[in-house]
Amino acid sequence: MAASSRRNPPPLPGAENQDPLSEMADEDSDEGEDIFVGNSNPVAEAFQPDTANGEEPADLFSEAETSTAANSYITNSKSNGVHSDNENDLFAEVSVELSMENPSTTAKSSGAEFTPSLTLSATQPESMEQLEEEKDEDSFDMEVAVTNPEKIGDGMNAYMAYKVSTRTTLPMFRNRTFSVWRRFSDFLGLYEKLSVKHSLNGCIIPPPPEKSVVGMTKVKVGKDDSSSADFVERRRAALERYLQRVVCHPSLLQDPDVREFLERDELPRAVGTHTLSGAGFLKMINRASDAVSKMTIKISDSDAWFDNKLQEVESEELQLRKLHAVVDSLVNHRKELCGNTAVFAKSMAMLGNSEDNTALSRALSQLAEVEDKMETLHQEQAASDFFILAELLADYIRLLGAVRGCFEQRMKTWQRWQEAQSTLQKKREVEAKLLWANKPDKLQQAKEEITEWEGKVTQYERDFDRISVTVRKEFLRFEKEKSNDFKSQIVKYLESLLQSQQRVICTLF
Amino acid sequence: MWLTHVVLCQGLDDGPDFLSEEDRGPRAVNVDLQTDATLQVDISDALSERDKVKFTVHTKSTLPNFKQNEFSVVRQHEEFIWLHDSFVENEEYAGYIIPPAPPRPDFDASREKLQKLGEGEGSMTKEEFTKMKQELEAEYLAIFKKTVAMHEVFLCRVAAHPVLRKDLNFHVFLEYNQDLSVRGKNKREKMEDFFKNVVKSADGVLVAGVKDVDDFFEHEKTFLLEYHNRVKDASAKSDRMIRSHKSAADDINRIASTLYTLGTQDSTDVCKFFLKVSELFEKTRKIEARVAADEDLKLADLLKYYLRESQAAKDLLYRRGRALVDYENANKALDRARAKNKDVLQAETSQQVCCQKFEKISESAKQELIDFKTRRVAAFRKNLVELAELELKHAKGNLQLLQSCLGVLKGDT
Repeated sequence: MAASSRRNPPPLPGAENQDPLSEMADEDSDEGEDIFVGNSNPVAEAFQPDTANGEEPADLFSEAETSTAANSYITNSKSNGVHSDNENDLFAEVSVELSMENPSTTAKSSGAEFTPSLTLSATQPESMEQLEEEKDEDSFDMEVAVTNPEKIGDGMNAYMAYKVSTRTTLPMFRNRTFSVWRRFSDFLGLYEKLSVKHSLNGCIIPPPPEKSVVGMTKVKVGKDDSSSADFVERRRAALERYLQRVVCHPSLLQDPDVREFLERDELPRAVGTHTLSGAGFLKMINRASDAVSKMTIKISDSDAWFDNKLQEVESEELQLRKLHAVVDSLVNHRKELCGNTAVFAKSMAMLGNSEDNTALSRALSQLAEVEDKMETLHQEQAASDFFILAELLADYIRLLGAVRGCFEQRMKTWQRWQEAQSTLQKKREVEAKLLWANKPDKLQQAKEEITEWEGKVTQYERDFDRISVTVRKEFLRFEKEKSNDFKSQIVKYLESLLQSQQRVICTLF
Repeated sequence: MWLTHVVLCQGLDDGPDFLSEEDRGPRAVNVDLQTDATLQVDISDALSERDKVKFTVHTKSTLPNFKQNEFSVVRQHEEFIWLHDSFVENEEYAGYIIPPAPPRPDFDASREKLQKLGEGEGSMTKEEFTKMKQELEAEYLAIFKKTVAMHEVFLCRVAAHPVLRKDLNFHVFLEYNQDLSVRGKNKREKMEDFFKNVVKSADGVLVAGVKDVDDFFEHEKTFLLEYHNRVKDASAKSDRMIRSHKSAADDINRIASTLYTLGTQDSTDVCKFFLKVSELFEKTRKIEARVAADEDLKLADLLKYYLRESQAAKDLLYRRGRALVDYENANKALDRARAKNKDVLQAETSQQVCCQKFEKISESAKQELIDFKTRRVAAFRKNLVELAELELKHAKGNLQLLQSCLGVLKGDT
């Protein structure tokens, strides 16, 4: 599962048109995702309001056109777009499709300007496609990325729009690569829809990043400082990880809502995600009542597996919270360190100035410079600490919360079953009493009710079994994902530590 | 080399002999001294008791005025201060830079932390507790070593100074077996001191305003003033920097222990992973803590010491300035007396006295200031070089650790 928030620009393809398969083969390459390497934000205006359906690929083209100079055009176009190397071929395919079904001017012009790629691909689109499909028959080749946060609008009505780009070979999507613009409430809306549909089945639904009124207000107001840039970057990375988790989940991926989210141009504004709306309040009330009922249910499970796992999850969550707090404090201290080092460097420089022995003065100024460089290093270290480690932990704390929610769903189902059973029992008693009191008309009604409830009981029992199975499966999958995730992230973090140590050594030399 | 024997009598177990871990090199870190066979002073031992630290001052001397060739006495911090003050108050030494007094041993912060640790013992796991205890003990030890070093430097400087080493008080300090019964200043004396300081600083401002005839001294005055301020600034900032560094290292420690708990919960793959990472972090933390400690030692202490020394040099200049003003006043008085033809002899003698005093001070001051400069340059050079080397070493060590750990982790997955 890719959870990268650091994007390395993909290697500029030299003459790799002959071997695009290598790119296709790697599933979760973190490196391949730097979209629109050379692009700057102004491009956004080009397409926010007027993208018509089916023009996404063209938009990718137009971005390439408008922002790059002519001579770097071809190389840039190669490295732009979601597919770093295969672009020519894929886009060629797409443009071919477009010209056949939707002869819009932009498509035509971009088709025209892409002649180099057309000529290339014209000769081998079929074989490419075949090869692609062969390779990806049994593997998920689906990557999503969230990029280019754009501030749309002004004042308190402003919002950030993010570009969601997908690259996939799954047949259920219309195109191979496409992208849409989404805002934060859209992501929340997706989560709401998914949880309504799937949580009853016991799926573990990845939770989206949290709302942050403070952060967003700063952005809206237009404060253009590093903290709001940080905030936007964090949110973007978090949204990307969220989406990646959603698409990695096999059953969620099949959901039409997800598909719609990824593909459809204009989503209806997700109502009910605004904190102060009526729906928001309703949710809060529901959550409160849930919490109360949670305390009263005690499941007597024949299957101790669930109990154990729940306990594990809870204690793990506790530990992760602690760890997260410590990592947070580490980040803060590093930031402090970096500030203090900067100040110290200045003071050393002044000291060096006032020192009249020239050799020493020079030495001191050099020390000041070294300290300055250390400061930048520290700062980067802090950033990596944060982005890699702290966010990972925060994500998993939320995910563990979702896992717990899943277990609770199971408990609720169990409770429903038990209640049905007890109702059935009561109805049977009523029937017995009626039998004894010998009232045949009421007896009939009682018998009907009994059959009805018997049916319900069996159904609930089946529900419960099913949810137990799903929960178990989900949990195992979650565990596997989690362990992979943790491992890869921690390795990445250690690598970044390594790098910074190397740079420290270089500086000291 | 010297021995530091630390006995922590704080209700904890007797600490082990910490000497083995790192031999602190020649402790005259901040001062570049030629040790001279005729008089060698060092602090061979130190004992920390509840409130005070007892230093064992060990002297080796071939000078005739000592009864033996080698002897030791036990001294406390107040006695050092007394010695220093006796120098300052001695008019004879007005022309010399008096080595700055060592700062009072300050274990308060450490003691508080130890206490808190003791109180919170119940709420932590056994490993956490032992770990924190070790850390605090190490911190305590570090502070202890530092204070011993600073007292020793003071004594060495006095011993190396051609004039001060002959001081009678100094000899008494070194030799007298019994307690010197020097009490710390009581409240009244402290108040007196305070007022004296106020007067002195006001006077200092006046004196500083007098333009000096001698270029050398004028230049020195401006230089020292500026230097002193900047060293003060740098010292404060370096302290803050080192503190953040230490807290970052502490955090890494906590991360390591939390990872360890996470790792011990289960024996799955991930947990083994966690355990290894936790180990790594432990080791990195030790290195980071060492880096911070080295910085502290080489850089911060250096700056602090030169802060005090530059203050002492400023004091010297002040005294000289004072003598100059006195001299000029005496001149004026003499002229007035000559004009009025009254008390001429008296005025003459006082003028003579002032003149002598002034010239004596000027002469020695010049030499002292030049010495100060050379000493300073040498000390800075030495320390900075050592600091750079140490940081490099630690960074390389860190690098190696990370590389090996990554190798293991990647090999596993």
